[in-house]
Amino acid sequence: MRLIIKDLCHRYDDLVVLDGIDLTVQEGEVLAVIGPSGCGKSTLLGIAGGIVAPTSGTIAVAGEVPDGCLNPITFIFQDFALLPWRSVEDNLSLVLEHHPLSAAERRERIESGLRRMGLWDFRKALPKQLSGGMRQRVGIARALAVRPAMLLLDEPLSALDAQTRELLMEDFLSLWQRERTTALYVTHNLDEALRLADRVVVLSRRPGRLREIVTIEEPRDQRLEPSAQAHLAEVRDRLWHLIRAEAQLADREIADA
Amino acid sequence: MPDTPLTSTSLPLQDRSPSQPVRFRGGGFTVKGHRWAALLAFVVLIAVWESTNRFGLVSELFLPPPSAVASALAAMAQDGSLWQHLKASLMRIGVGWVMGTVAGMAVGFAMGIGSVARAVGVPLVSAFFPIPKIALLPLFILWFGIGEPSKFATIGFGVFFPTVIATYSAIDSVPRNLIRMAQSFGLPWASILRKIVLPGALPGILAGFRITASIALILVVAAEMIGAEYGIGAFVLTAGNLMLTDQLLAGVLVLSLLGLSIGTVLSILERRLLKWR
Repeated sequence: MRLIIKDLCHRYDDLVVLDGIDLTVQEGEVLAVIGPSGCGKSTLLGIAGGIVAPTSGTIAVAGEVPDGCLNPITFIFQDFALLPWRSVEDNLSLVLEHHPLSAAERRERIESGLRRMGLWDFRKALPKQLSGGMRQRVGIARALAVRPAMLLLDEPLSALDAQTRELLMEDFLSLWQRERTTALYVTHNLDEALRLADRVVVLSRRPGRLREIVTIEEPRDQRLEPSAQAHLAEVRDRLWHLIRAEAQLADREIADA
Repeated sequence: MPDTPLTSTSLPLQDRSPSQPVRFRGGGFTVKGHRWAALLAFVVLIAVWESTNRFGLVSELFLPPPSAVASALAAMAQDGSLWQHLKASLMRIGVGWVMGTVAGMAVGFAMGIGSVARAVGVPLVSAFFPIPKIALLPLFILWFGIGEPSKFATIGFGVFFPTVIATYSAIDSVPRNLIRMAQSFGLPWASILRKIVLPGALPGILAGFRITASIALILVVAAEMIGAEYGIGAFVLTAGNLMLTDQLLAGVLVLSLLGLSIGTVLSILERRLLKWR
């Protein structure tokens, strides 16, 4: 499935957040969006997922939806967004209960999602009994249970410690290796973008405009190889050069506020 | 290739400079549980109270000793009047509280999720909530008669407004990210209300129950003092008029135990329903 964004503008009262965004997320591609704080990355994701109404512009999807897909565009949230009063398996069940599935199919989807994320033994646990990394795995399993055509990931690793982040990046890599699910991945972490994305979109500071789109040529599974490191370091420098000055300004603005 | 041995930096073998133990400077005013302190304080209070009468420091008419209050209570239990009064009060509290709670939750829900209902409701609730409900009892007697309906209305009206406030505040406190998550997965509106808003608001609603149960208890006594033959409030008023202070305090003790029982039931309910917290 492709996501086509045309001439997108968004404002909160007088504050223009996004301006003239034209962007296509290609089928099977992982597109990372980076930019300084407050550049509208999360707003862009919210608009793409239909939970924020844009001020102007169009968002459209095109292409095939996989068999058994219940929610073509599916979010994975930064704060996991799990219901604390439901067990792990009931959190997955929540997103299936309003679909006309047989009990057996619902169970199969829950079990397959939990097993893939290594959570089967924790299916009866409440979210408060899990670590941050495991909670995010529940969030991923919940997304997988609806067999999405496109994932929208809103800084999914930013609330986690470095080791957990590394482990979850490996989970994402194997997920994309297997499923080739299209993904729009918002992050402020350049290393995450370089490790996971096919292309990286750089947004400018408010109002968020497209500054540059950088393609990462190295195949995802070879990016940790020593041969890829030199080029990736160059790309990283370039990305950092693009956002450094504006990130500093944004940081000062936050400090002043 | 053989493993390269890791180099390590060794610590100095003996540090001969004088050492001082690090002093504990406090754990942040952590509250410790003292299980028996409350019971002990209670026993001491009763003992002091009893001895003031025994030693003739206070007249029994002004403050009857705990033993006299207990005897009065036992006599009431034996002749059946305690159950008659208690039954009447419990029935009024039950009916009035349920009426006020059901209506209050319905309005609170509407105000919690509907912007028009909130715009209309907030000023009205702010205007009516501070009115002392017992002041309206004569009006309710005029509308509903001297019988039970006017007492139900007084209690229901008193319970209604705090329930409205507790419910819509509780709905406000449901994390919006959970609702957005549900919307992003396409959950229907009714499912979002039932599966996310209601359970998410439950802690606040139950906290509201605690307050409204106490209000119901206060209002039932007040209502019974104005126009009732039976009920703990009526009993306390009669005892006071006849200067039977031991019976008066026995009635007060029953009210206190009633409040304690309601609080205990709500605590059990909270423990069962809010295990996830």
